[in-house]
Amino acid sequence: MNTQSNAIPDTPIAAHGFAPAIVPESRLLYWSVARELWESRSIYIAPLAVAALILVGFMVSTFRLPGKIRAAVALDPMQQHELFAQPYDFAALLIMATTFVVAVFYCLDALHGERRDRSILFWKSLPVSDLTTVLSKAAIPLVVLPLLTFAITVLTQSIMVLMSSVVLLANGLSVATLWSQLSLPSTWGMLLYHLVAIHSLWYAPIFGWLLLVSAWARRMAILWAALPVLAIGLVEKIAFNTAHFATIIGRRFGGGTEAITVPGGSPMDPMTHLTPAHFVSSPGLWLGLIVTAAFLAAAVRLRRSQGPI
Amino acid sequence: MACIEAQGLRKAFGTTIALDGINMRVDEGRILGLIGPNGAGKTTALHAFLGLTPFQGQLRVLGRDPWNERDQLMRDVCFIADVAVLPRWARVSQLLDYVAGVHPRFDRAKAEGFLAKTTIQRTSKVRELSKGMVTQLHLALVMAIDARLLVLDEPTLGLDILYRKQFYDSLLNDYFDHNRTIVVATHQVEEIEHVLTDVMFIDRGRIVFDRSMEELETQYLEVMVRPEQVAAARALKPMHERQAMGGSVLLFNGVDRQTLAALGDVRTPGIADLFVAVIGNQSRQAQGAAQ
Repeated sequence: MNTQSNAIPDTPIAAHGFAPAIVPESRLLYWSVARELWESRSIYIAPLAVAALILVGFMVSTFRLPGKIRAAVALDPMQQHELFAQPYDFAALLIMATTFVVAVFYCLDALHGERRDRSILFWKSLPVSDLTTVLSKAAIPLVVLPLLTFAITVLTQSIMVLMSSVVLLANGLSVATLWSQLSLPSTWGMLLYHLVAIHSLWYAPIFGWLLLVSAWARRMAILWAALPVLAIGLVEKIAFNTAHFATIIGRRFGGGTEAITVPGGSPMDPMTHLTPAHFVSSPGLWLGLIVTAAFLAAAVRLRRSQGPI
Repeated sequence: MACIEAQGLRKAFGTTIALDGINMRVDEGRILGLIGPNGAGKTTALHAFLGLTPFQGQLRVLGRDPWNERDQLMRDVCFIADVAVLPRWARVSQLLDYVAGVHPRFDRAKAEGFLAKTTIQRTSKVRELSKGMVTQLHLALVMAIDARLLVLDEPTLGLDILYRKQFYDSLLNDYFDHNRTIVVATHQVEEIEHVLTDVMFIDRGRIVFDRSMEELETQYLEVMVRPEQVAAARALKPMHERQAMGGSVLLFNGVDRQTLAALGDVRTPGIADLFVAVIGNQSRQAQGAAQ
């Protein structure tokens, strides 16, 4: 592009007593992520609000709990487990779904909002590279939200157990059945695995694509995110009467079945086996991560040349 | 040492040519006014200096290639665009935290000191501040950065006269020293002309006028010509003539002061009048060429 003049020395700085000063990359990344959390407070407000609603609903349901405990004696262990664990699974699922939706909308706005409100001119006037900026934005769905989901779910479920235990003890009943059926610590281990394997690693290309679209679209990022995917699927169907692309997309959303084997029942089932070795050796995971890297690299390039819209 | 050095700087948006081969050099310690009509290419030129837009030609800013080294360059360069670029959702304290976090040359205490002279609250959000206060805030952030080059693009656009005056006063008194360079693009020439050391006019993507203020003062003279001497004055080939209260004002390039003193009151022209004369001549020539 621009050839460099050799008339001017290549060593900048140093003169006039301006000592070179460099902020470590980790600190740039830290403040950039903090900046994202200041701007998009829905990242933590939305799952916290959902957790609060779950707790209110659950509190009301604890009035029926003593009756449930008495009736449970007649049931077999599998049914007992379902009876007690169901509200906990449901709470985890609801919080997870919320943070997924938050992640999608966050990504669609991440590199679009700063161009829309012209603040990109301020951000770019600071010594933070486009790569750092894009990585800090990608860290929200890939790192921050899964960890936040985990923390909020653990907190919510702990409060649920506490509420149940208080109600049971107040009614002079034992908490043993409830606690043994829930086995929360192992559920939490599984939850963390699920969040890292599926919500972060397996879904990464989805978030990468959304970030790319938000860096590129001038308006209605949500349409630009969805329409090309539909169009490719449609053209393939018309041209070859096949649906490979649709299958790939569907499998991406349906999510990383290599990560677990489910012998029946919900993924939160204690019977579920984690198969990390199988997951890590599946080509789908690695292809997805390569595609994610490509999307993010393209987003970095776009951010570099895009100005306000 | 050259702070900015450009040779054959070109930039086109589709078929529109924004920069048409700009050659310029700004030395360190200067305050350059970049003045031009709307759409002349001022903002595009500044964006090229800041690494915000790709370009053709050669450009070095503080010895760096802005397009490929924007983030390193920004350790030594500050930029204020027209007023509305601070993020509206941010709190004042958050902006201070963030800039202190990412900028190696930011002095937080200094910024707090500048803010203490204003009515801006640390807990306010940018969206709650008036336009003038947002500019004060941005200026406080920028002046607390020990930078070598400050680029201002219409920084006082839409502000009332008090804020405008205050803006340039604090810039000169609290910020400028001879190790720093300031490049300011604006329409509001009158307010900055006493501040500038150099002036450039840009028109249709080209630098059409490039003088230091000393050169300008020795080379250009304006005469309020007495009516009976207008014909004699016109014979000296003024570059521009305008009517003012009480007679004709003629602008001369390179004519001796004594010769002109015989015709009327001689003074140094304002940049605005010079701008009208130079750009007006340019467009007449362009029209003539087109015909």
